[in-house]
Amino acid sequence: MTPIAAIDRRRRLLRGMLMAGLMAGMPLLGSCARPAADSRVLTLWTVGREGEAILMLLPDFERAHPDIHVKVQQLPLTAAHQKLLTAFAGGSTPDLTQLGNTWLPEMVALDALEPLQARVDRSAVVRLDDYFASIWATNVIDGRLYGVPWYVDTRLLFYRRDLLKAAGFDAPPRDWAQWRQMLAALSDARRHSWGILLPTNEFEQLMSLALQQPDPLLRDGGRYGNFESAGFKRALAFYVDTFRLHQAPAITNVETGNPWSEFGRGVYAFYLSGPWNIGEFRKRLPAAQQDDWSTAPLPGPDSGGTGIGSAGGSSLVIFRASKHKDAAWTLIEYLSQPTVQQRFYDLLGDMPPRRSSWEGGALRDDPKARAFREQLEKARPTPAVPEWERIATEMQLVAARAVAGELTIDQAAAEIDQRVDQILEKRRWVLDHPRPAAERAR
Amino acid sequence: MNAQRAAWLFLAPALLVLGVFFLVPVIAALVLSLTDYDLYALANIHNLRFVALQNYWALLQRPLFWSALGHTVYFVAVGVPLSMGASLGAALLLNSPLARCKPFFRTALFAPVVTTVVATAVIWRYLFNTKYGWMNYVLGGLGIHPVDWLGDPHWAMPTIIAFAVWKNFGYNMIIFLAGLQAIPPDLYEAARIDGASAWRQFRHITWPLLGPTMLMVGILTVSGYFQLFAEPYVMTEGGPLQSTTSVLYLMYDEGFKWWNLGSASAVAFLLFVIMFGVTVLMLKLSRRGHHADGEPA
Repeated sequence: MTPIAAIDRRRRLLRGMLMAGLMAGMPLLGSCARPAADSRVLTLWTVGREGEAILMLLPDFERAHPDIHVKVQQLPLTAAHQKLLTAFAGGSTPDLTQLGNTWLPEMVALDALEPLQARVDRSAVVRLDDYFASIWATNVIDGRLYGVPWYVDTRLLFYRRDLLKAAGFDAPPRDWAQWRQMLAALSDARRHSWGILLPTNEFEQLMSLALQQPDPLLRDGGRYGNFESAGFKRALAFYVDTFRLHQAPAITNVETGNPWSEFGRGVYAFYLSGPWNIGEFRKRLPAAQQDDWSTAPLPGPDSGGTGIGSAGGSSLVIFRASKHKDAAWTLIEYLSQPTVQQRFYDLLGDMPPRRSSWEGGALRDDPKARAFREQLEKARPTPAVPEWERIATEMQLVAARAVAGELTIDQAAAEIDQRVDQILEKRRWVLDHPRPAAERAR
Repeated sequence: MNAQRAAWLFLAPALLVLGVFFLVPVIAALVLSLTDYDLYALANIHNLRFVALQNYWALLQRPLFWSALGHTVYFVAVGVPLSMGASLGAALLLNSPLARCKPFFRTALFAPVVTTVVATAVIWRYLFNTKYGWMNYVLGGLGIHPVDWLGDPHWAMPTIIAFAVWKNFGYNMIIFLAGLQAIPPDLYEAARIDGASAWRQFRHITWPLLGPTMLMVGILTVSGYFQLFAEPYVMTEGGPLQSTTSVLYLMYDEGFKWWNLGSASAVAFLLFVIMFGVTVLMLKLSRRGHHADGEPA
């Protein structure tokens, strides 16, 4: 036999084997596909790290509901907003998604979400009175419920207990006056130590201070900005003064590098941040230092306002276009069970939105979580307008200019109001022109 | 007549592709830029208003647009000469008969072009970190105070320019190298016999013969640099104090972050008009320069 013929024969053999393999695989593939077509495949989108944790929670759900299969798609935080809007524009929304509660009004304005009140009324699991009121309120737009809170986020103080004690303070601050005093005592420009870290490109810190004020941030039903109110100016002045008095470095979060180890080294005595940092500090600081830090409710303008902060977090929502709304609701109910929420906290450190979830598991006796529990009762929702995130971004851009000394407090407040009124122009027009369909269709 | 029809027939596939994938979208974007298409219009098309040139007018009155344009022009005006200078310098070095290990250096200098922006930007962010970066460490060794490269509004853009120049000069270097190799060596030989110095050889042989290449590279680089986006997007997110927000970055924010597609399309057309103007100006200037050089000969 010539070598060429041998190769040829071998090739033919190989092809035959491949064909046989394919033939044998066909029915196998078919048998895989059939039950999937019958059972309901739910598509769930998650934003950020939640996607990894939920993969650990789903096997139990699928075991209890063999007819439902959940497909999880993880979106990175930076691309999620764009992807949700594009999906809506292209008519390819998932069945349900995790949705940050500042994005919820946007999706409601698009009429993309399924109202959920009727389902909640019938539910034995999701009980309104068990949820923190302000978190629940962020899901209610114009009196209708569109989402069920999944986890909550409020910003408060992480502080170095040992540094405060060394400076003569036995307890964390309750009001702004005490806070200012401690910031002054703990800042030392020569030793490169600062009272607090407030990244100048994050709006959550200033927003938390502003929400403590009696004045609302928008007026006339979200038609105009209300940033020239006495309350907002007070918050802005306190914020800007912290930088002017060299109690906080004027840096963005891109340049902070590793805030956790710097907090550990005493570069900052306070850090105004959210719940996920409990886990970060536990992981990143050495065991010997774990008793040196703690959390405290956000100090108020006066001692009555202690612990008022922003009500953030994410909800679970069902899209109107979904064909499996009942299955989607079953999944929401499963994820709302206190035991599941406790596991979720163990996996990720995302705090549960209902009180009964706090009564067991790791959260119940965790001293570092106590301040969050206290603050969640008093948290306040942000204005429920679709433009809110843009407004908060503009607010922070102007505030950063005030921090840099380019604007006074009054100028900055006026500038924010001017920009916000411009952003809200379309909203005013839409609200004030109840459209007679026939005329506008022309 | 018949030949003409045949010509159109041959052109038809290309015209069809151009029409569907270029002309129609451009016209659609132009129409979009005359409306206030936004989130509310996406929800209900009756919320769409025809606003004529108001988007353009509002943009021209917006300080952020002018500062973004200023940053972009700054980036182009400093970045393009630096980038072309670096490319030409590297090409001359590589083309020199004295150079050794040419393939190695050619690959090494071209490598930044083919690596992804995001990966290299992350490394540059570490290099230029205020506290831990090598850049400040080296400067510290020379007794210079640390510079807040990416955090200081005055230094952020120069850092971005340095990054962009490093990232892109290899591409033009290859084009210049090809241009240099196309210059007949007997010209240099003749010049050497006449006793011309290296500088005079460069000035009177290399420079004029490289003219057309230079023009093409110039136009490509200018139009590329006007579209500054990825570098600030990854390194500074447009900050600090929006000092690295370019026109394209503004468009991205308007269109994809805030979904004001009408206003974003207006930004795109304004940028197009500006780039078109600059390119025409460059072509005109180069033609005039060419005549002035060409006439006496």
